Amino acid sequence: MNDLASLIHIKGLRDGLLVSLVEGPWEEQRAVLLAQIDGQQTFFQGARLALDIGPQVLKVNEMVDLRDVLSERNVSLWAVISESPITEKTAQLLGLATRISKPRPEETHNFDTRNLNEETALFVNKTLRSGARIEYSGHVVVLGDINPGAEIIADGSVIVWGRLRGVVHAGAKGDFSAVVCALELLPIRLEVANVVMNDVSRDGSSKPEMAFLNNQKVIVETWQPGT
Amino acid sequence: MTAQVITVSSGKGGVGKTTTVANIAVALAANGVKVVCLDGDIGLRNLDVVMGLENRIVYDIVDVIEGRCKLRQAMIRDKHLPDLYLIPAAQTRDKNAVSPSDMVRICNDLRPDVDFVIIDSPAGIERGFRNAIAPADRVLVVTNPEVSAVRDADRVIGILEAEEKRSPALIINRLNHALVKQHDMLSPEDVLDLLGIPLIGIVPEDESVIVGSNRGTPVAQDPKSRAGQAFRNIAKRIKGEEVPFLDTEKQAGLWNRLQKMTGRK
Repeated sequence: MNDLASLIHIKGLRDGLLVSLVEGPWEEQRAVLLAQIDGQQTFFQGARLALDIGPQVLKVNEMVDLRDVLSERNVSLWAVISESPITEKTAQLLGLATRISKPRPEETHNFDTRNLNEETALFVNKTLRSGARIEYSGHVVVLGDINPGAEIIADGSVIVWGRLRGVVHAGAKGDFSAVVCALELLPIRLEVANVVMNDVSRDGSSKPEMAFLNNQKVIVETWQPGT
Repeated sequence: MTAQVITVSSGKGGVGKTTTVANIAVALAANGVKVVCLDGDIGLRNLDVVMGLENRIVYDIVDVIEGRCKLRQAMIRDKHLPDLYLIPAAQTRDKNAVSPSDMVRICNDLRPDVDFVIIDSPAGIERGFRNAIAPADRVLVVTNPEVSAVRDADRVIGILEAEEKRSPALIINRLNHALVKQHDMLSPEDVLDLLGIPLIGIVPEDESVIVGSNRGTPVAQDPKSRAGQAFRNIAKRIKGEEVPFLDTEKQAGLWNRLQKMTGRK
């Protein structure tokens, strides 16, 4: 830690500061970051911080600890950008952003389904409660409920082995072949590609259902085994 | 002795967190268990009023943190129960006067001397809430049987799960059995169905709770109050005793029973 500046890069963004850390053990990265902040307290006072940690895998308690020590220094952590899907999921479940700018609308139409192979599904083994937001560039499979106030935005399909009562957007970059399946399909809002489902206030059924696009409309059908 | 730290939280305001803290603490301390209540609502303190200790405050939690007094000096002993203490919040400061690590340190200092530390969390999910849950061994989530309160409870449970705290237990407060029967209020089953966490108590709506809070004598001390009974049961469950849940039918009140007897229902 002889030269702090070479281990950390700070860039100003529209929404705050983007801090990138040079690869290394997390304890060292954390110490470098805190030393930098403590050394320039006036600069960091009240800052919104987005942290790019590259391939580093952060555990939940490490991320919570970082958020708390930063908040004690009056710095708020609003985003954690990571190449690791595990870290990304952890950050999303803690309510942190994982992308610092939204893709432009015009990009959303050139969707290539070949990008989605069977390896690009995110498996979420828990109930998503109000305030949870999962964004993923592939399919999302949830073993649990999606409660009201929770959101899933997936570039592929969304399969819920449980009750879907929150907000779901499948095929978010324009994949018209995306589907949404749930054991109980009672979403607050459901969108496939760029089409919003109309009759969300329906009673629903206690049978598994599947929503898909047909003629620019979201159709919901009872799922039939073997079809 | 090593204390268990219990935080009472809800997300939404006005669901009865402070009342719950005061009543559970009274019920525990009445049975010779040593309890310290910690008011986490810096700037909007209420727990001292509900416990009837407002006029005894000399030092508060911020004085302890900033080193103006010893922890012992900020502990106010209850008027009736010698095993019950309150550490009040500061009224003239805000949530930023306390940090999560301050709360952990205070609780660790208390742990060797008492059985339970019960923390009253402020409403919301910001700094004050983070402070209140940081030292918790266990969290009790209070909700009312109404959609907005349940939604906020769900958010709080989600945060606790994401931070890998031990799964919280649920208290359904102010249940009005008559309204549930008319399908004008969520039933305990509806609430549990959505939240999916273990239930530790159902407290019926009861006017004596408001009277008790205003007088500074929590209803858990009143042997006749139905809500008081519910809080006493929660206290027993916290100690690990198995107590059957009150039959909500039986709680439905005298009028209902009379109607049943006369065959009008």
